[in-house]
Amino acid sequence: MPKLDLNRVPMPRQDPKVRARNFNEVALGYSAEQALAEASRCIQCPKRPCAEGCPVGVDIPDFIKALRDGNMPEAVKILKSKNSLPGVCGRVCPQETQCEETCTIAKRGAPIAIGRLERYVADWEQANKQSLNSPVDLPKPTGKRVAVVGSGPAGLTAAADLAKLGYSVTIFEALHVAGGVLVYGIPEFRLPKDIVRTEVDYVTSLGVELRLDSVIGKIDTLDELLGGGYDAVFLGTGAGLPMFLNIPGENLNGVYSANEFLTRVNLMKAYLFPEYDTPLRLGKRVAVIGGGNVAMDSARCALRLGAQEVYIVYRRSQAEMPARREEVENAEEEGIIFKFLTNPTGFLGDGRRCVRTMECIQMELGEPDESGRRRPIAKPGSEFSMDIDVAIVALGTTPNPLIAATTPGLETTRRGTVVADEMTGKTVKPKVWAGGDIVTGAATVISAMGAGKRAAASMDEYLRTLS
Amino acid sequence: MYKILFRQDLAPKIHQFKVEAPAIARKAQPGQFVVIRVDEKGERIPLSIADWHREEGSITIVFNEVGRTTRKLAALGAGDYITNFIGPLGLPAHIDKFGTVACVVAGYSVATIVPIARALKEAENRIISIIRAPSKETLFGEEQLGGLSDQLIIVTGDGSYERQGFILEPLKELLERKQIDHVITIGPACVMRLTAATTRFFGVKTIASLNPIMLDGTGMCGVCRVIVNGVTKFACVDGPEFDAHEVDWDSLMARRCTYSSDREPLLRYQCHNCAQW
Repeated sequence: MPKLDLNRVPMPRQDPKVRARNFNEVALGYSAEQALAEASRCIQCPKRPCAEGCPVGVDIPDFIKALRDGNMPEAVKILKSKNSLPGVCGRVCPQETQCEETCTIAKRGAPIAIGRLERYVADWEQANKQSLNSPVDLPKPTGKRVAVVGSGPAGLTAAADLAKLGYSVTIFEALHVAGGVLVYGIPEFRLPKDIVRTEVDYVTSLGVELRLDSVIGKIDTLDELLGGGYDAVFLGTGAGLPMFLNIPGENLNGVYSANEFLTRVNLMKAYLFPEYDTPLRLGKRVAVIGGGNVAMDSARCALRLGAQEVYIVYRRSQAEMPARREEVENAEEEGIIFKFLTNPTGFLGDGRRCVRTMECIQMELGEPDESGRRRPIAKPGSEFSMDIDVAIVALGTTPNPLIAATTPGLETTRRGTVVADEMTGKTVKPKVWAGGDIVTGAATVISAMGAGKRAAASMDEYLRTLS
Repeated sequence: MYKILFRQDLAPKIHQFKVEAPAIARKAQPGQFVVIRVDEKGERIPLSIADWHREEGSITIVFNEVGRTTRKLAALGAGDYITNFIGPLGLPAHIDKFGTVACVVAGYSVATIVPIARALKEAENRIISIIRAPSKETLFGEEQLGGLSDQLIIVTGDGSYERQGFILEPLKELLERKQIDHVITIGPACVMRLTAATTRFFGVKTIASLNPIMLDGTGMCGVCRVIVNGVTKFACVDGPEFDAHEVDWDSLMARRCTYSSDREPLLRYQCHNCAQW
C-alpha cells in the first residue's frame, strides 16, 4: 500500500489579478485525475466521523469510494439521496468546520477535500446528464399537500425530501427567481447561478410546483394556506431584513445595505448594466462594514465592478472574523484592504447628499462578551476619517417580520426569529414547521438544509397520522 | 408572465393597463402597490395599484412614461405580457371617518388616489379633491375622481383649463376657511412636500404616500428607507403612507435622485428632467 499523502490535491483557481476583474468562478474545480488522486487519499476508516459531521448526513465515504472505483453514476446517486443541492454545497459549505474537521486524516495532515469531491461529482452529473439513465423513483402519491414558503436552501431541501416521500409540494417564493440567498446573496464568482438553476430544476423534476412572485402574508396568509387545502406548511423564509449601524448620515446616497448591493449585483445583474436595466452607483473608494462572508462577497463584488480601493472595516480583530478563512484569503489575494479594530461612527456628505467621508474610531479588545468573542471597546482620542464614495453595511440580517405579523399563534423571539424545535422544526402553531435562518438567525446554507431535512422527516411523521 | 388585458392612453405619456393577476386582485387594498419587472433583463420598479377587479382577477396600473422601464412598458399593449408582477405590497391606506378630507394630487397620481377616495367616501367622509396638471391635454381622471368627490377643484399650470396656478392656492383657501379635517397627498415628492408645508401651518393632519426607489418591495434591501420623525423606516413595509409633517423630505428627495445625473433639487423643486414631472 502506498504511503498516505498528507497533502490534499490543490484546487486550481483563477489568477487573483485576473479574477479581481471578472465575475467568473474563482475556483475552477478538479479534473478527473485530480479528483481520483484526492479520493484515493481517503482511508475508508470504519468510524466514518465525516458523515456524522454533515448536517444532512451524506454518506461521504461511500460516494468517495464510488468515485474512486470509477462508478460516477453511483457516486451521484449516493450523494443526491441525502443532499438535493450538492453543486451548491460543494462550493459554499464551510467543510472545514464540519465533515473535514472530523476527518480521521485531519489528525495527521490535511483532511480529505470532501467539498471539492462533492463539487466534482455534482459537476460531473451536470456535464453527463444525458448519458445518465437514473430517473428518480417517486413513491405513490400520498394525496397530501404541503406548502413550503421560501425557496432558499431550507425550503428547497424540505420540498425535495417531501416530494421524494410522495407528497404534493408547492413552493411559494416572493422574488422572481428561486433560490433565495443562493441567487440574491452569493455572487456568481463563488456560486454560478447556472448551478443553482440546475439544482432548482432537479427539485421541480421531483414534481414540486414552484410559484414565483408570491409573497405569503400578502397574497395568502399561512392560515389561508392551511384552510385552502394544504395539510402542513414549512416556513423557510430566511433572514432577509438588513441591520444598519444607526449612526448619523447612514441614509446618505451611496450607503447601501449589503442586501441591496448584492441583490442589485447578483439577482438583478447590475454588473451587466446597461445590458440589464438595474443600475448601481460605485465610485473609486468603497468601504464594506462587517467581517462575515457577506462582507467578503460585497467587497469582492465592488472590486470586480471596478472600484480602485476596497476596504473591509471590522470592529474586532482578524481572529474574531466570522467569515470563512478561505474567503478571507481569496479577498486578501485579490487586493481587498482590511482595517481591523475600526468602528464607523458617522457618515458625512458632499453637500449634495452623497456620502464622502466615513468617520471612525479605533477599538481594542476587552473581556469576552456573550458571543464568547472579546468585546471591542472604543479607544478614546483615536478618531479618524476615511474618504469614501460608497459604503456597504454588512452587519447581518434578521428575519422579515411579514409572516410572523400575519400569522396568529406563531411564537417569535425578541430577535424576530420564529420559535421552533431544533430537532424537528415544529413550531408552537399546529401544522406549521420552520427551519433555516428564520429560526436560527443568519447562519449557513448547510445548516438551513439540515433543518429543512429534519423538518421534512417530522412533517412526514405527522402527515402519516392523518387519515 | 402576466397578461395585459387592456390598455388605454389617458394623456400624453400616461397609460393605463389592466393586468391579469388573480392572486393579487383577491387581496388588493387601497393604497397598496405592485413591483413589476417588464422583461428578463428588466429592473424591478414599484407602481401603485390604481384599481382591481376581484371576480375578473385583474389589477389596474397607471404609469407615466419617464424612464427606461416605463418606456419599455409603454411599448406593450393588450395581449402582451409583463414578466413579473408582485403584490399587493405595502400597508393599505388608513381609512377612517375623518370628516372632510382633501385629496391633493398631481401628475399621474390621480389614478392612485381613486381607490383611497372611494374607501373614504364609503367611510362617510366628505371629499374635496384638488387635481393639478400642467395643461388640459395632460389632465385625466376628472370624471373618475370627480364622481367620488363632493367638490372637485382643477388647476392647470398653463391655465388651459379651469383655474390657472399651482395646487397650493386652492388648498390654502380651503384651509383658511377651516373646511378641512384631514389631507391626503399623492404625487411628485416636491408637491407632497409643499402640500405638507402648507397644511402644517394650519395644523391639519396630512398623509403622504411616499415614492422612494424600491428593489424587492418586501423589506429585504432597505433602499426605500425614509426618515420619519427622526427614525429610519422602510417605505415598502412600514408605508407607503406616512405623516407628511414628520417626513424628512430632503433625504427622500435626494435618495430618489440616486441614479439621476442631476442630484440637486432645484428651486421650488422643479428639477429639469425630474422623473416626477
